[in-house]
Amino acid sequence: MARALDGLRAYRLIAAMWIRSAAAYRTSFLVTAIGSFTASGLSFAAILLMFSHVEVLGGLLLPEAALLYGTSNTALGLADLTLGNMVSLGQRVRDGTLNTLLVRPAPVLAQVAADRFALRRIGRIGQGALVLIWALAQVDVAWTPLKILLVPVMLISGAAIFGAVYIVGAAFQFCAQDAAEVQNSFTYGGNALLQYPPAVFAKEVVWGATFVIPLAFVNWLPVLYILDRGNPLGLPTWLAFAAPAVATALCAAAGLAWRAGLRGYRSAGS
Amino acid sequence: MLPGVMRLYVAVAVSTFRRYTAYRAATAAGVFTNIVFGFIVAYAYMALWHERPNLGGYGREQALTFVWISQALAAAMALLGGGFQEELQERIRTGEIAIDLSRPVDMQLWWLACDLGRAVFHLLSRGVVPLAVGALAFRLALPQSPLMWLAFLLSALLGAVVSFALRYLVALSSFWLLDGAGVNMVNGLLTMFFSGMLLPLTVFPGAFGETARLLPWAAVLQTPADVLLGRHHGSGLGRALLFQAGWVLVLLSAGRAMQLRATQRTVVQGG
Amino acid sequence: MRNKQHHGGRGRFENNGGIELEDVEKVFTLRRRTGVLRRSREEVRAVDGISFTVAPGEMVGYIGPNGAGKSTTIKMLTGILAPSGGRLRVAGIDPARERIRLAHHIGVVYGQRTTLWWDLPLRDSYTLVRRLYRVPARRFHRNLDRCVELLDLGALMDTPVRQLSLGQRVRGDIAAALLHDPAILYLDEPTIGLDAVSKVKVRGFLQDINAEHNTTVLLTTHDLTDIEQLCRRVMVIDHGRLVYDGTLDGLHTLGESERTLIVDFERVLPPVTVPGARTVKTDGPRQWLAIPADASAAPVVAAVAAHHPLVDLSIREPDVEDVIAAMYARLPRG
Repeated sequence: MARALDGLRAYRLIAAMWIRSAAAYRTSFLVTAIGSFTASGLSFAAILLMFSHVEVLGGLLLPEAALLYGTSNTALGLADLTLGNMVSLGQRVRDGTLNTLLVRPAPVLAQVAADRFALRRIGRIGQGALVLIWALAQVDVAWTPLKILLVPVMLISGAAIFGAVYIVGAAFQFCAQDAAEVQNSFTYGGNALLQYPPAVFAKEVVWGATFVIPLAFVNWLPVLYILDRGNPLGLPTWLAFAAPAVATALCAAAGLAWRAGLRGYRSAGS
Repeated sequence: MLPGVMRLYVAVAVSTFRRYTAYRAATAAGVFTNIVFGFIVAYAYMALWHERPNLGGYGREQALTFVWISQALAAAMALLGGGFQEELQERIRTGEIAIDLSRPVDMQLWWLACDLGRAVFHLLSRGVVPLAVGALAFRLALPQSPLMWLAFLLSALLGAVVSFALRYLVALSSFWLLDGAGVNMVNGLLTMFFSGMLLPLTVFPGAFGETARLLPWAAVLQTPADVLLGRHHGSGLGRALLFQAGWVLVLLSAGRAMQLRATQRTVVQGG
Repeated sequence: MRNKQHHGGRGRFENNGGIELEDVEKVFTLRRRTGVLRRSREEVRAVDGISFTVAPGEMVGYIGPNGAGKSTTIKMLTGILAPSGGRLRVAGIDPARERIRLAHHIGVVYGQRTTLWWDLPLRDSYTLVRRLYRVPARRFHRNLDRCVELLDLGALMDTPVRQLSLGQRVRGDIAAALLHDPAILYLDEPTIGLDAVSKVKVRGFLQDINAEHNTTVLLTTHDLTDIEQLCRRVMVIDHGRLVYDGTLDGLHTLGESERTLIVDFERVLPPVTVPGARTVKTDGPRQWLAIPADASAAPVVAAVAAHHPLVDLSIREPDVEDVIAAMYARLPRG
């Protein structure tokens, strides 16, 4: 526990340094923040274009699909902002600069996570949140307290699930330094998956996204519960509320993977 | 025998190709990512074309083929980033460009050779494998005739040159702008959206769609894909290739003009 | 400076600046591609059973050719790498097990790599060190003031690091490594690429810090002058083994290492003969004269100048590679 607090403190200190560093390039910051906002907006434009041709896609109307899009992008955006730069761990292993982090009195995970912290990534969160708010206002849902509660729970659990993926991906880079892009398949690829209705995909894909890499808990299961649609695999609908538990388990597993990766690095060297 | 000058640029392209072969793990990871995205988009398109058969003039199989062609060309055409331009921008930023300009080689051709070497590598590695996986997993509308494939390769080559020429303009803008990030960003977004990577341009509605199909980015992905899908016959094929060649000419000339201005500027500043 | 009393003396080097190594080993497994799918495994003993002790307050040079196991040893001493075998204690701490606790007791400077924040004023990097290491404000300011004064950093504190010269940056890095009062300082090529003035400044500062705080210094370098001016003791590592541990003079004697006097005459001359030197090479009007490393060059220079018309002259010090090569030539192999 004390170590976790130490880690958070180090994260905060280092992230603050990066924010101040970025302030030296103010225009660049603005441009890239707007770019990040627009880039994630373009994928929503593609969905809008699709819905300009059809009423229903995978059994969902536009506001319902937008609910999927908004939740997934906000969750990924949160994870991307806080842990996104762990992708460049392989680079640090290759050029040896990881070693400079290992001689500092702070957990390496916190230091790597805060490395090159970029506030501009807030663009994706902003864009996702805008779509989410629009979708929440538009969807035809009989809101209950439980459903209302599920919205923030889903976003936080979703961010934690994506965060765990970032950490596992970084741990993997201890052994395969050039394989940073594999991680994109599960983060950006996962997001691309989750922004479409599960009914669009083959059963095996949905099964895999529920039980193998449980991305379905980011938004599919909770959103289907809110919309009163059944589970595509015929699973009980209360499974939507397992999202926090799944996120916790996944984070614990990611922590173990990270420790194994770091231990491997420290015993094998570079 | 190739004339000596040509041989130099071929050697440059070959050496870039070789350089990329060294990154095995990165290439494998990229192939994996292309396949994952290919599957996701393929399912989404199947749902869309299930609701609207013949949307944008494509049948279901053609739509699926479009998905896998996009994934196959994504790396080669640098549709989602990558390529030479960041290296060139860095040389401009640090002033090392002055050395390049004083060399007895043409800078534009030099970087074109580099980028084509990379594109060929990416077409063979990150292109062939995802397309093969897509063809195994789904029924695709791939042509039987070798001539069609040849036409596709020609169109893809023109597309690669258009992609290069656009990024060359972007990179050279660093001579005038302090920070290339903004222009890179805008070009990246335009490329992603107007190449057809997100959705085929044939699906874009009305006048917006008609305009989008005339922009240079259309020549990078949409045209080669349509050539492979056999949507251009006879004179239509000629027109499609001419459309690409037209953009090649315009953009390379613009790049040349910009290079000239940049050279004068560098000389005036004393390097 | 050695006889300063150490505080809290539990055990010999408990919680102070001592370093102890006992049969320390580090074995790497290399996987090499031998065919399309076939790979071979090969064990490399980067550090092959090293034992030494460094007393608190000692300044020791740790040298050896590239790839000899130098940096692997330093990585084990700083807790970056876990040893494959043997026993290791730094300030009474097992580095691999208690990396974070150890970090408070050590400072590390890489001459070729900065830990300062590129786009921020120098001052900001120090503030981060203060917070990360939780240095009490009063002690931090005392240390910072001292570093600023001795390293001449005053005018640079508000300059972004990217605008500093290499020499200024290295001085800035050394200060950053000392603000938390480490008992042990590791320096990896601290003077590489520095101009003569900066080198002198850095060496002087290290001597001062050692004298004032009894800081233990372990120095790896290719510049024997660093060692000559800072260290009474030098350790040589090669092929993962400690091949020499003693004084620098002893190393010179053992290696019969030589300095080289490079002389440009006005015209082409036959090889000159001067007592105390021998001509090893001639090239047109230029001649190379070898002098024993422990002898003074002054009489040789005077003798040469007295008899022949000189245009220019320079002295090349023996570097680590020369000394070690010479040492090997003398030692019976085995």
